[in-house]
Amino acid sequence: MTAAIAAWAKASLLEVQEYTKLTIAAARCSVTRPFYWHDFVEQLDAIGIGSMTVVLLTGLFTGAVLALQSGFTLDQFGARPFVGRLVSASMIKELGPVLTALMLVGRVSSGIAAELGSMAVTDQINALRALGTDPVRKLVVPRVLAGILMTPVLTVVANTVGLLGGWVVSTQNLQVSSGLYWSSVIEGLFLEDVWMGLLKPFFLGFIIVTVGCHVGLRTRGGTEGVGRATTNAVVTASVGVIAMDFFSTQLLLSLLF
Amino acid sequence: MDAYPTELRGPAKGRPGEEPVVVFEDVRLAFDEHVVLDGISFKLFPGYTKIFLGASGSGKSTILKLILGLLAPDSGRIWVHGQQIDGMTEQQLFTVRDQTGMVFQEGALFDSLTVGENVGFKLYEETAMPLADVRARVEEVLGFVELGPFVDRMPSELSGGQRRRVAIARAMAFKPKLLLYDEPTTGLDPLTSLTVDAEIIKLRDLEGVTSVLVTHQLRDAFYVATNGATRGADGHAIVTATPDKVEEADFVMLREGKVVFEGSAEELRTADDPYLRAFLS
Repeated sequence: MTAAIAAWAKASLLEVQEYTKLTIAAARCSVTRPFYWHDFVEQLDAIGIGSMTVVLLTGLFTGAVLALQSGFTLDQFGARPFVGRLVSASMIKELGPVLTALMLVGRVSSGIAAELGSMAVTDQINALRALGTDPVRKLVVPRVLAGILMTPVLTVVANTVGLLGGWVVSTQNLQVSSGLYWSSVIEGLFLEDVWMGLLKPFFLGFIIVTVGCHVGLRTRGGTEGVGRATTNAVVTASVGVIAMDFFSTQLLLSLLF
Repeated sequence: MDAYPTELRGPAKGRPGEEPVVVFEDVRLAFDEHVVLDGISFKLFPGYTKIFLGASGSGKSTILKLILGLLAPDSGRIWVHGQQIDGMTEQQLFTVRDQTGMVFQEGALFDSLTVGENVGFKLYEETAMPLADVRARVEEVLGFVELGPFVDRMPSELSGGQRRRVAIARAMAFKPKLLLYDEPTTGLDPLTSLTVDAEIIKLRDLEGVTSVLVTHQLRDAFYVATNGATRGADGHAIVTATPDKVEEADFVMLREGKVVFEGSAEELRTADDPYLRAFLS
């Protein structure tokens, strides 16, 4: 029993060490030459444009259901006109960044882990090294930078369509006038909230892509290993996103307020 | 890094005045409790072929990864192209790898790139060679392995033998002085294996590339050791090698991480060690 715990602790520490080494190497490689621009642009497209549909749908329905749920609750206090305030505060500060990040975990972290994992088990990563190409520069840096840049962009998109979803429900189901909804949306937001909603996705994007890359590059054990790596990436990145959300919120609260 | 130490200079086998391309000195490597290589020493001279034989798990492929610096030894010293590579950083190893090509088991082609992009990968990505020159070199090496018309195909559209030949073309595209072959014919039928063997012989005899071949296919090992390539008006031809040429191919038999035999094809054929006899039968 003790031996099993010791082995588990050792394996966990090794993972943390390797993850840290990878992120440091990626940071160093992102500011030194050569930089693979073509791969970077490709990843911007794959992560940003490729995730647009899922983010649009998630944002739209989240905003809509927020308006629906909070509208009927607010009714009990005769505060239905304030529904916009609740939707905007919830979406922009918390639900927009976190739900977008979780959607990206499902799409991007798993995709990266599967792609790099397949390359690892078929010796393609070793082939890259043998050909004189640093896999961190070629595969990790473009994905990490594209993920960090595109997550905030996608979050803004999710927030925007979320507010639109809330507007549709407020005007159609709750009979709140359009002008009242939008003025309530703006009243519910402080500049600090907007900053928080914009800055947090950078941290979450970092977790999404670095976990995918780390798990993918350490894949062993053939196709079965690739499946295992994909699952591990989704589970680890999901927990990482929620944890990072807490720590980044704490940090930003202390800095902004 | 250090140059060759005095005791390792001079030909144990090789042409006078030539420095070895690869030197292993008492190399050991273990993964946790499992000892993979236990005190491996050998030298490989320019233009020569070293053929590693042994059962699965005997440490053959690990030797290739050590030569390329993909793995680092636990102890012992390794020189490649005159540079001591154990202890080098990944960045330093890239300069050594510029002169070394490797053909991986199953080819390890990049499956999202075409055959042409695979072959020209290093030249496209890691050199400042003009695109027209890269294309010309890609066509030249694909012509050498007789796969010129396949330049725009994807790896998934190729047969097993074609994939190995593309892998050989990719490894030779940047004109390395040393080529490492990791089980290049495993999983191929005998006739297709011969086409891959022929490429190895052609590269060694026509391009002067030093070779390290890891295999457990005896037929291919002896074929590579005992045949040579000539260039004629009609193209390339595979012929029986001269006795001197046959002597330039060394067989090394590994067993549980240790060298149990090192010698020529003839010495291996006539060896009376029970393990070798069992392996050869």
